[in-house]
Amino acid sequence: MTLSELAACLDLKVFTSGVPLDTPVLGGYASDLLSDVIGHGRKGDLWVTMQVHPNIVAVAVLKDLAGIVLVNGREPAPETLEQAAREKIALLGARLGAFDISGRLYGLGLKGS
Amino acid sequence: MSVAESTFRREFPVKGGDFAKAGTAACEIKELLKDLGIDTTTVRRAAIVAYEAEMNVIMYAREARMDLTVSPKEIHLIIDDRGPGIPDVELALTEGYSTATAEMRELGFGAGMGLPNIKRNADVFAIDSEVGRGTRLEITIRTNGHGKP
Repeated sequence: MTLSELAACLDLKVFTSGVPLDTPVLGGYASDLLSDVIGHGRKGDLWVTMQVHPNIVAVAVLKDLAGIVLVNGREPAPETLEQAAREKIALLGARLGAFDISGRLYGLGLKGS
Repeated sequence: MSVAESTFRREFPVKGGDFAKAGTAACEIKELLKDLGIDTTTVRRAAIVAYEAEMNVIMYAREARMDLTVSPKEIHLIIDDRGPGIPDVELALTEGYSTATAEMRELGFGAGMGLPNIKRNADVFAIDSEVGRGTRLEITIRTNGHGKP
């Protein structure tokens, strides 16, 4: 599935504008520890996290992640949004918490490592 | 073209405590390696090494120089910092061990996976640390290497 399909199915908010959402999502990873994502995330993963500071964008760039979902209705920090737009990393938002949104994503066919 | 002629070098300064710029050097290194035509898996490994090393400097050291050298067969990274040094290197290499502050942990740092992530992605890994002086990491990633994540 693509980011836009997932966003539509799960009613995810799209924070970034001008970042393509036709990226295929190959899997998922949920974590709030950056080095854990660096160590275990895979290319094309959708990353579920509650971290909203700009460093999440660098992690997504370095790991070639498909995008980031911020949970619990959290909004990205302004610098995070700027950096995501610059680096073309899609930032999405879910009202649900990490457990629930991961479960929904899993239900749609996304798997972890 | 000889090996010497085709060797590429660049230096990246990193400042301790500069969280706003965290990851900048690693992202630049990733772009550079991609531009040099290195395969994506190797680029990702080098980018992870550079990111974790950069973050360690930002979190713990005063400043450092990251030296990137790319030759046809390998990527070489040296990170030489001026900082507190590591009293027990073996312990620091243990997955899950971290000396990050509560503030750093709140931001998602301090998983205790920085040095282990570096080691896992390196073909050759050397660390030399002196308390009160600093830490020097020397990493080689073979561009024609196999079997690494």
